[in-house]
Amino acid sequence: MEQVTTKDFGQVNTWLLDQPTMLHCKDLTKVYPTPNGDYVVLESLQLEVRKSEFISIIGHSGCGKSTLLTMIAGLNVISGGKVMVDDDTVTESGPDRAVVFQSPSLLPWLTVLQNVMIGVNQVFPHATRAQKSDICHYYLDKVGLGSDTKKRAADLSQGMQQRVGIARAFALKPKVLLLDEPFGMLDSLTRGELQDVLLEVWHREKITAVMVTHDVDESIFLADRVIMMTSGPYAKIGDELVIPFERPRRRAEVLEHPEYYDYRGYLMNFLNH
Amino acid sequence: MISKVLQPARELVEPKEKVTLINKDKLIKVVKFIGLGFLEPLVRIGVGEEPRKNALLIVKSTVFPVCSILLFLVLWHYGAAYLFNVEANIKIEAARAAQGEAAALAMKECIASGDLSCKPNVLPSPSEVYEAAVTLWQDHLAIMAKKVAFSEKVAETNASRQAQGLEMITYTGRPSFIDQIKTSILTVFAGFLLAMVLAVPAGVLMGLSTTLRTSFNWLIQILKPVSPVVWLLLVFMIVKTLIKDPSLDKSFIISFVSVGLCSMWATLVNTSLGVSSVDKDFVNVARVLKLGIGKNIRKIVLPFSFPYIFTGLRITISVAWMVLIAIELLAQSPGLGSFVWEEFQNGANDSNAKILVAMIVIGLIGFLLDRLMVMLQRLLVVSKSEAS
Ligand SMILES: Nc1ncnc2c1ncn2[C@@H]1O[C@H](COP(=O)(O)OP(=O)(O)OP(=O)(O)O)[C@@H](O)[C@H]1O
Ligand SMILES: [Mg+2]
Repeated sequence: MEQVTTKDFGQVNTWLLDQPTMLHCKDLTKVYPTPNGDYVVLESLQLEVRKSEFISIIGHSGCGKSTLLTMIAGLNVISGGKVMVDDDTVTESGPDRAVVFQSPSLLPWLTVLQNVMIGVNQVFPHATRAQKSDICHYYLDKVGLGSDTKKRAADLSQGMQQRVGIARAFALKPKVLLLDEPFGMLDSLTRGELQDVLLEVWHREKITAVMVTHDVDESIFLADRVIMMTSGPYAKIGDELVIPFERPRRRAEVLEHPEYYDYRGYLMNFLNH
Repeated sequence: MISKVLQPARELVEPKEKVTLINKDKLIKVVKFIGLGFLEPLVRIGVGEEPRKNALLIVKSTVFPVCSILLFLVLWHYGAAYLFNVEANIKIEAARAAQGEAAALAMKECIASGDLSCKPNVLPSPSEVYEAAVTLWQDHLAIMAKKVAFSEKVAETNASRQAQGLEMITYTGRPSFIDQIKTSILTVFAGFLLAMVLAVPAGVLMGLSTTLRTSFNWLIQILKPVSPVVWLLLVFMIVKTLIKDPSLDKSFIISFVSVGLCSMWATLVNTSLGVSSVDKDFVNVARVLKLGIGKNIRKIVLPFSFPYIFTGLRITISVAWMVLIAIELLAQSPGLGSFVWEEFQNGANDSNAKILVAMIVIGLIGFLLDRLMVMLQRLLVVSKSEAS
């Protein structure tokens, strides 16, 4: 396989160099016991993400992207190595690592507002009612649902539900935002809209974000750095690509950027080998 | 784009229709809510909506069921008449064999005259059952009158007894059919409440913990199929020892506890099934948000398993009602079951008809109880979504 390193593009996100490390996976290993013996999904994976960095992870289906993300979230037992968030070792799940799942997984018996509020209540137990309500409304406004807060979550379309999912995650004011193919179930038009929404909210908060995606264009458009995982078993990080486009980004500008197709080709090349 | 272009046009059309629409939809909602959903097409016809389609719907949802009931009555009528003839012939032949032709003729005449002394004891016809129902109602009115008279008579005595701190004198006469129904309904609700109070929390606990679930699975599987009769005997053994206080109504306690124990299994199993099948995504949400156990149960587990629990409760109440009749019959505790048993023992000429009246009443009440549960479920779902 032709190995092109990021240096060939000569790009570094210099502003990131001053940022402290927010997320650190050290020798991370995951073994699933199966009837035919142990299945090693990830082996000795190293990943360092700086504060306020947005990275996306691409890789073939079944290589262990979701496994990696759920281990960071604390939802999946770590078989070896460790995950550190802001210098604390992860031992269990918690609202400092908010997750946006592929299916919106809103509680359908609650309203839009209640779905966001349930998390805010957990994270800000001592805030007044008005303060909590302000937080919820702020993020629901930002994702474009300011006037739908009283609707039942079950009555919303998939795209709208995922907007709530994004608001719910940001409202937790997490240290790390984890997104597992959040737009995978949406049609391409809605997906584009939601990418814009996500990027806009994210740009104000600059929360360290890790997003798994199958969509090469999405990974370039959103991320400061794209992580490419090798195929499993024994998957690890095969390569990475720094995306130095200015922020805030606009879709049209990104697409017209002279280097865009170089980056795209580079990623496609990795995936097709 | 397209929808944006179309929208203004739709808004122009809509308001005109809305005036009539709102009332109709509200009415339909109410009708459906109280479990009379079959009236919906009637309402729609009332406002002149798709008359052909709705007329067909009425035929399907109302006319056909009524026809089936009529058909049933007709079959019953002729069936009863046939059985009557068979039994009459047997009687006549028996008389002929024993005492000769004259006796046979006398028997034939006697049967034809409708005299009670020689009336064949067979399945009563619908009209006899109707008469029995009327008799039972009049009997009830008579007993009511007696009760009123009694309470007037003892009013003074009771007042002075109360002043002295003595027990009041109460009416101890025979209960009417309606009193029996009331007792049965009271017992079934007490049993149902007991089942709910036991089964829902136990089901939640079992659903949450695989250890508990596997530990109790065998026990439940063994206890579940045990017949109501055996439960009754078991409860009798225990209550007999535990409750010595004569002021407590022992037979009532025995009946409702047995009913509760017999009927709680469906709710227990369904609740634990619902709780254990909470969507993995919701479990993850709870874990990420670090919801405490109480909040997790209130905000996620219970709302998720609500439909399961209600299905369980619906089964429980219908089982409770079915079992109650058998238990009353066996335990000789007051209620519809013992009414049926007494009528059966008593063997008066209209006993069979009265038993059939009881049967129909039992069926109707069972049906109503089920409707009640459906309504309650809707009520809770509506109030839950409207809260906040
Ligand atoms: N609970 C489990 N037990 C055993 N094997 C598992 C389990 N969960 C996942 N795997 C296996 O681990 C591998 C990685 O799964 P994972 O879901 O992390 O892949 P992924 O990269 O997210 O795939 P996709 O892109 O399709 O979402 C797969 O081969 C999968 O079959
Ligand atoms: Mg996955």
